Amino acid sequence: MDEDKIDEIIGCHGTDKSELITILQDVQAEYNWLPPDALRHIAKRLHVPLIEVFGIATFYKSFSLKPRGKHLVRVCLGTACHVRGGPRILETAERILDIKADETTADYEFTVESVNCLGCCALGPVMVVDNEYYGNLPPVKVERILRKYGHTSSSSSTSIKEEKS
Amino acid sequence: MNRRRIKSHSDLEKLRQEILAKRDLQKTRVAICAGTGCLALGAQKVITSFKEELKKQGLENTVEIRETGCPGFCEKGTIVVIYPEGFYYLQVQPGDVPEIVEKTLIEKEPVERLFYTDPITNEKAIYEDEIPFYKNQMRLLIGDNINIDPKKIEDYIAPGGYSALAKVLSEMSPEEVIEEVKSANLRGRGGGGFPAGRKWGTTRNAPGEPKYVIVNCDEGDPGAFMDRALMEGNPHSVIEGLIIGAYAIGACEGYIYVREEYPLAVENTSIAIEQARDYGLLGRDIMGSGFDFDVKIFRGAGAFVSGESSALMSSLEGKVGAPKPKYIHTSVKGLWNKPTNLNNVETWANVPLIINKGADWFNSIGTEGSKGTKIFSLVGKVNNTGLVEVPMGITLREIIYNIGGGIPSNKKFKAVQTGGPSGGCIPESFIDTPVDFDELTKLGSMMGSGGMIVMDEDTCMVDVAKYFTDFLVDESCGKCVPCREGLERMSEILTDICEGVGKEGDIELLEELSVVMKDTSMCALGRTAPNPVLTTIQYFRDEYDAHIEEKKCPAHVCKALIEYYIDGEKCTGCLACLKACPEGAISGEKEVVHTLNTEKCSKCGICYDTCKFDAVIIR
Ligand SMILES: Cc1cc2nc3c(=O)[nH]c(=O)nc-3n(C[C@H](O)[C@H](O)[C@H](O)COP(=O)(O)O)c2cc1C
Ligand code: SF4
Ligand code: SF4
Ligand code: SF4
Ligand code: FES
Ligand code: FES
Repeated sequence: MDEDKIDEIIGCHGTDKSELITILQDVQAEYNWLPPDALRHIAKRLHVPLIEVFGIATFYKSFSLKPRGKHLVRVCLGTACHVRGGPRILETAERILDIKADETTADYEFTVESVNCLGCCALGPVMVVDNEYYGNLPPVKVERILRKYGHTSSSSSTSIKEEKS
Repeated sequence: MNRRRIKSHSDLEKLRQEILAKRDLQKTRVAICAGTGCLALGAQKVITSFKEELKKQGLENTVEIRETGCPGFCEKGTIVVIYPEGFYYLQVQPGDVPEIVEKTLIEKEPVERLFYTDPITNEKAIYEDEIPFYKNQMRLLIGDNINIDPKKIEDYIAPGGYSALAKVLSEMSPEEVIEEVKSANLRGRGGGGFPAGRKWGTTRNAPGEPKYVIVNCDEGDPGAFMDRALMEGNPHSVIEGLIIGAYAIGACEGYIYVREEYPLAVENTSIAIEQARDYGLLGRDIMGSGFDFDVKIFRGAGAFVSGESSALMSSLEGKVGAPKPKYIHTSVKGLWNKPTNLNNVETWANVPLIINKGADWFNSIGTEGSKGTKIFSLVGKVNNTGLVEVPMGITLREIIYNIGGGIPSNKKFKAVQTGGPSGGCIPESFIDTPVDFDELTKLGSMMGSGGMIVMDEDTCMVDVAKYFTDFLVDESCGKCVPCREGLERMSEILTDICEGVGKEGDIELLEELSVVMKDTSMCALGRTAPNPVLTTIQYFRDEYDAHIEEKKCPAHVCKALIEYYIDGEKCTGCLACLKACPEGAISGEKEVVHTLNTEKCSKCGICYDTCKFDAVIIR
């Protein structure tokens, strides 16, 4: 973690306590997750007890206290997507990458997360990789999309699974 | 663009005339939807193709490209409308662009295949008002979206934007504004339906300075995107409403709380605020009236419960966004313990209309207790999905069939879910119910903020109840026992039922838990959480019974209760399913009936999707 970078972010917003969430959002945008050292530093600079900073970082869903992969795969499980097969999209992504939701592949290439709604419900089921949206998505297309982001069947452990069976 | 401060009502009118004078209404304009839905379908590539093609043809100066917000028919995106003709093209792909340029822009001929085609009569609809999806709506709030580039304030001012604000500042006292909103009977669109004018009055009269006004664009209801379309597609309509409200209430600071899943809404709103400031519509001495007001954007960080008023205000203060007990209302003691008025995006967007057209006009639309229009997010198992704006009082049937075009693939309608996690599932027997705040509540559901999710025979109602309960287990803030523990227990019981280990008495236990949660939870999340469970029990008890007694899921959704097999009569032995199965559960040879090993099968459903001969069956 680069303390100067964090200070720079704090500098943009000031050290008023009410800026805490915004600062955490910007730090996460920088690092893709919230490194514990960054939280400590922010607590110190804003004169907020560390427990409060952790409280916020764990309460809000968009914060991650674990490092995330290079590509963030978000599958919508909102109601509209749920009734149109969202859970199967998630299962397919989990199977292809051989991780569960909220996990990251061993090579830190992919993180899979579920979200509650992305606001394009008319196109359900929806998956978003980084900031690209894929709507009306049948499960069979998931693999092809993940390949676009560098997934190869050997890069995950799907191949190991095949050996097992 | 050089923007000078507007100092009076007549200044605004002068500016409007200038903008209009620079516009040639006969100039060809290509309006392309650049809302989140269409962008997901590749709108950006369509826009780029148009730019390139126009350049190639030397038309870049004679044809205007306008990137607009969402007009509602997202299912059929990317939407492209050509003016002045008004040709309404649907599902436009980048590959269609050269033909549109050649035929429509140069030869002035339509590209017929891109028009809406009626699935039954095969008739084409050329213009917006011929398309059944639009024809049966009343689009007072989102109708202008296709004409507005949300990144250009001039597009909002040209048809009369900010004239309501000018009128208020030059002709009306704050009390008169509140009176007008009161007599319009505008009720909050965020779910509760509380009279907006009354709430404004409370905050105005509450002791304490400064006072705050807030736009709630947290839009937590999963499956709803009305607020996204307004905030992203026509941000100035919300901002104008907010400034009017601030003036009426006596607030000098405001916030727009936008959920973080809506980056485009944040972007467009930030630009809108900047541009409004440039014109002196925000900031000090607005339009020379002496009234000061400014607004900031706050990005939510992903918590459904933070959409609740007191929780949202805690969140704005940089704290955990959990609800507080409301011995005193937030209208009196809200943000930083100061009087604060919070309204939903759509509530604010109605305000300029009411000021311009009057309370009487607003009262002429809707039902006895619910006036005006409501935007719904019509999604799920319905042919025309998208945003629909209708007068209150229209029936569910009219929305689902006349506008939504009915259920796809000749499936049978089963239920429509309204009100999100606080609402319920309404069965076919009540499909002729008029939609307003009071009627849907009578059915055990509620109108909510506008999510309307259509379900067909392939939707399992126990699974839906479990879905909402699990959603709320995750989203409950955990402050009070009935909600925190009650939801967990409900989820356990529902999971048992879905997994085939439900037992007699489970339904009664769910009902008992519901009563306690309704009566004793601290905030509306817990108090309304049983609604999805109770309505599905009330209207679809037979499905619960099938799960519990026969260990069957009639809709073939609950994995533990279904099995895949291959029908020997239909299987052609094409090997497709065998190759696709990730578990190696299917065996067979070319042109020999395949067999499916249920022991190995993970019930992923891929074979079912793959088989072109309907030979894979679920039982
Ligand atoms: C758990 C919970 C979540 C809520 N989420 C939202 C929301 O996302 N958007 C919204 O406008 N109102 C939401 N509300 C309602 C707000 O508390 C509040 O009533 C509303 O924003 C007031 O605006 P209105 O009177 O214009 O509807 C929620 C309420 C609860 C209890
Ligand atoms: S009802 Fe639920 S969400 Fe509301 S305060 Fe209690 S625990 Fe929190
Ligand atoms: S449901 Fe999935 S695992 Fe089971 S046989 Fe079909 S493809 Fe294989
Ligand atoms: S895909 Fe269908 S037809 Fe082909 S082998 Fe499998 S079950 Fe038989
Ligand atoms: S429910 Fe999936 S995008 Fe809204
Ligand atoms: S986003 Fe384009 S029509 Fe809704």
